[in-house]
Amino acid sequence: MKRWKWLGLFAVFALVLAACSPADTGGTTTTGEGPGTTAPPGTTAPPGGTAGEGGEMLLLQWQAPSQANAYLSTGTKDLLASSLVLEPLAEVAPDGTLVPALAEAIPSKADGTIAEDDTSITWTLKEGLLWSDGSPVTADDAVFTWEYCSNELTGCAQDMSFVESVVAVDDLTIQVTWLADKPQAYPFTMFTTFQQPIIQRAQFADCVGAAAQGCTDQNFSPVGTGPYTVTELRPEDTVVYGFNPNYRGAAEGRPFFGTVTIKGGGDAEASARSVLEIDEADYGWNLQVAPEILGPMEAAGNGVVKVGFTANVEHLNLNQTDNRNDAAPSDYADGTNPNPFFYLNGDLARALSMAINREEMTAVAYGPAGAPTCTLWPVPGDIATSLDWCLTHDPDGANALLDQLGYVDTDDDGIRETPDGLPLEFEIVTSTNAVRQSEQELIARDWAAIGVGVSNRNEDASLFFDGTCASDACIWKFFTDIQMFTNGASLPDALGYFAGFKCSEIPTPANNWGGGNTTHYCNPEFDTTWDELSITALDDPARIALVQRVQELIVEDGAIISLVHRASVSAFGNDIQGVGDLNAWDSEYWNIEEWSRG
Amino acid sequence: MGRYVIRRTLFAIPTLVVISLIIYGILDLAPGDPAGQLPLTIPAEVRENIRESLGLNDPFMVKWLKWMRLMFINEPLNAIDSIFGTCIGDCEARDRIISWSSRAPAIDIIMQRLPQTLWVLGLAFIIGIFIAIPIGVFSAYKQYSLFDNVGSVVTMIGFSLPTFFTGLLAIYFFSVYLGWFPSLYDTTLVVNSWDTAVQQIKQMIMPVSVLSLFNAAVLSRFTRASVLDNLNEDYVRTARSKGLGERTVVMTHVMRNSLIPVVTLIALQVPGIFAGAIITEQIFRINGIGALLITAIGQSDVPMVQTLTFIFAVLIVLFNLLADVTYGVLDPRIRYD
Repeated sequence: MKRWKWLGLFAVFALVLAACSPADTGGTTTTGEGPGTTAPPGTTAPPGGTAGEGGEMLLLQWQAPSQANAYLSTGTKDLLASSLVLEPLAEVAPDGTLVPALAEAIPSKADGTIAEDDTSITWTLKEGLLWSDGSPVTADDAVFTWEYCSNELTGCAQDMSFVESVVAVDDLTIQVTWLADKPQAYPFTMFTTFQQPIIQRAQFADCVGAAAQGCTDQNFSPVGTGPYTVTELRPEDTVVYGFNPNYRGAAEGRPFFGTVTIKGGGDAEASARSVLEIDEADYGWNLQVAPEILGPMEAAGNGVVKVGFTANVEHLNLNQTDNRNDAAPSDYADGTNPNPFFYLNGDLARALSMAINREEMTAVAYGPAGAPTCTLWPVPGDIATSLDWCLTHDPDGANALLDQLGYVDTDDDGIRETPDGLPLEFEIVTSTNAVRQSEQELIARDWAAIGVGVSNRNEDASLFFDGTCASDACIWKFFTDIQMFTNGASLPDALGYFAGFKCSEIPTPANNWGGGNTTHYCNPEFDTTWDELSITALDDPARIALVQRVQELIVEDGAIISLVHRASVSAFGNDIQGVGDLNAWDSEYWNIEEWSRG
Repeated sequence: MGRYVIRRTLFAIPTLVVISLIIYGILDLAPGDPAGQLPLTIPAEVRENIRESLGLNDPFMVKWLKWMRLMFINEPLNAIDSIFGTCIGDCEARDRIISWSSRAPAIDIIMQRLPQTLWVLGLAFIIGIFIAIPIGVFSAYKQYSLFDNVGSVVTMIGFSLPTFFTGLLAIYFFSVYLGWFPSLYDTTLVVNSWDTAVQQIKQMIMPVSVLSLFNAAVLSRFTRASVLDNLNEDYVRTARSKGLGERTVVMTHVMRNSLIPVVTLIALQVPGIFAGAIITEQIFRINGIGALLITAIGQSDVPMVQTLTFIFAVLIVLFNLLADVTYGVLDPRIRYD
């Protein structure tokens, strides 16, 4: 019996020893499960009150941040974690307009801060800006940010290849010059949004190039100008922030909350439950939850679900190259390998599009977080309304059109054939996701009604979106008839977004499937229209017509069929005030200094 | 016995080297893109730069040998330095295995997550043992009684119901409906007062109960079978005829012999604690080692997955050896040479 006692004691002792590991650093505040339980009574966010007196806030990001340096981010989760600390020169507001953050004002051609020939842009920093360690922010920090990211060995997640130079004209003035052959009609692609904040030269000086990987302290706790600083970061788990007393809004009592915690893990549904049903957190990010589950949760009355629309469109890509060619599947081959069904076949695409019931698909899959759409750029003001014919669910019209085009069912098996005798049977591939699979089912049913056969397949998201294309499932190879996924834009600028449809961007085996043109679409008319758009000034009234034209071309040529305009969805606890509209263009925490508990 | 242990330990080393080669090879050949979760608007050249900077494109042998050096030399040295506060060799600029998604040393992240895994799963394991053994012994002693039958049904339900079901059920009942316990596990909670201790207990109760129920089910069936075997042995009849009380017969004689295979089973299950109950960790957002493995796989964070799987392999080899040695120690009939 003695042996058992010793064995048992030893086991417990070993457990206790391992559990009390030195990684448990003390000094972090506890985050209770009831938001507001530790806040001092009677605190509201008065302008003119004291910053950081509002207690704690708990934010749930089911994809937990891995680190807090926006330039080394592996996804939106890291950009969000970084956005509480680091700030850019200008942010994009929920309605798509630019708002100055560190900059004094948004540059324009009128006051000469954007060059007439679109070769450069000049920003002026606000006066008196301080880093969280008390040192002043200067234009040199912006120059350093560019040096940091443009060094290829850093592995920076942003593209700064079209920048010739960034120069500090004086302590507060930054001049960005573009490459001579790449004038930028939309010059706000540098140092804007949570993807390109300004970092401090003093902190990151030794972290440029290959050394970036070893700078864990800097990456986990960057020195920034934002309302918070990182107190503790546990990768894939929790980030704890304390308020920054050197924040420029501190004199007006911003930020309200003294401590913010981002907690990760679980899935979207668990986050929604925590905020809306259990009321143990204040905010839940990216709630990709079926509407029939989210609706009743919101009805519990503890919180509110907000949606924000940008340019995320769930759509179908119709392969313009022949994926069934055994010798060279989906190889564009200078146009000598066209897809027998879809290559520049706008009429067939039109019929297929008319047959889809977008209303039903949106209601089933997204509820209030989606809207039917016919274009890949449904941004208010730019949207091509000429494509709105697709919003009418018209299977009869589709049938008539297909009959007219000569796609008839000659052998009476319910599937139409092309005039050459090829049956209209297509394979649709998308990522493994319950919502996407339900969309596939609806499309299969809608197209069966017009005599088009569909077989649905899904691939794991990590393979489907694998940029190295190590497997054949990646979207760039497009070894299938039709793909379905969501495109998105990081800025409210159509030009950069549609660059991915140019002939030069087609992924081929020759260029190792690099390039953004996943549809393998090529139309010289599109290229010329895009080139024209790239030299049209932002305030030129002809610009909108060109933006609409590029949208129309890819639909009329039958390269894509848009399905649902998807919104970002997040939930807020009822007592969180000052949020305003959900910002889907920039960080959802973009105005966190205004948030308070009411 | 000593010679046996030394022989087994020496064998373990080439075993681990081969295991590491297999793990490394399979993961290296697997498709997956660490830049795969970035927005699609990021151009291909930028993605390629990111992959280059992580060392993805180096030749296989170069990468493997580098990883071996890091895993077998640098990381143990680092561990010794941090535990004993020494500085062996170039302790400042020593290369570590770096995770691709967080750019931090993989071992540091694992160590950071270990406490919550050990606390929750270790506790569930121990509680499971303390529930299972008495139940198993008593069920076998009173075979086919009401206790035995009810116990059989309960344990059958226990290991048939998956933990994600019982976990979600617990959350719905105790968090949503009653509001007694939080459904979030706060890993930054430092227990330094009565309130924080209560807090820690509250957030641990549900995951620990769910898991210990599951563990207990398996173990109690096994214990029951083992005790049943021993109750029919001759030495039990001898002990009774010698006049020993039932309590002594069961607790002193039968239990000792029955627990030998049970202890072996327990020793073999210990590496499972470290692997973490992945699903339970996901549901309760405990963010321990199991959740780390799943996240790393999803993000194609190959160094992290390699390090974790190798650590599990080491633990399994170690505890296999321990189980064999324990068996030999407890059962005098077994002699290794």
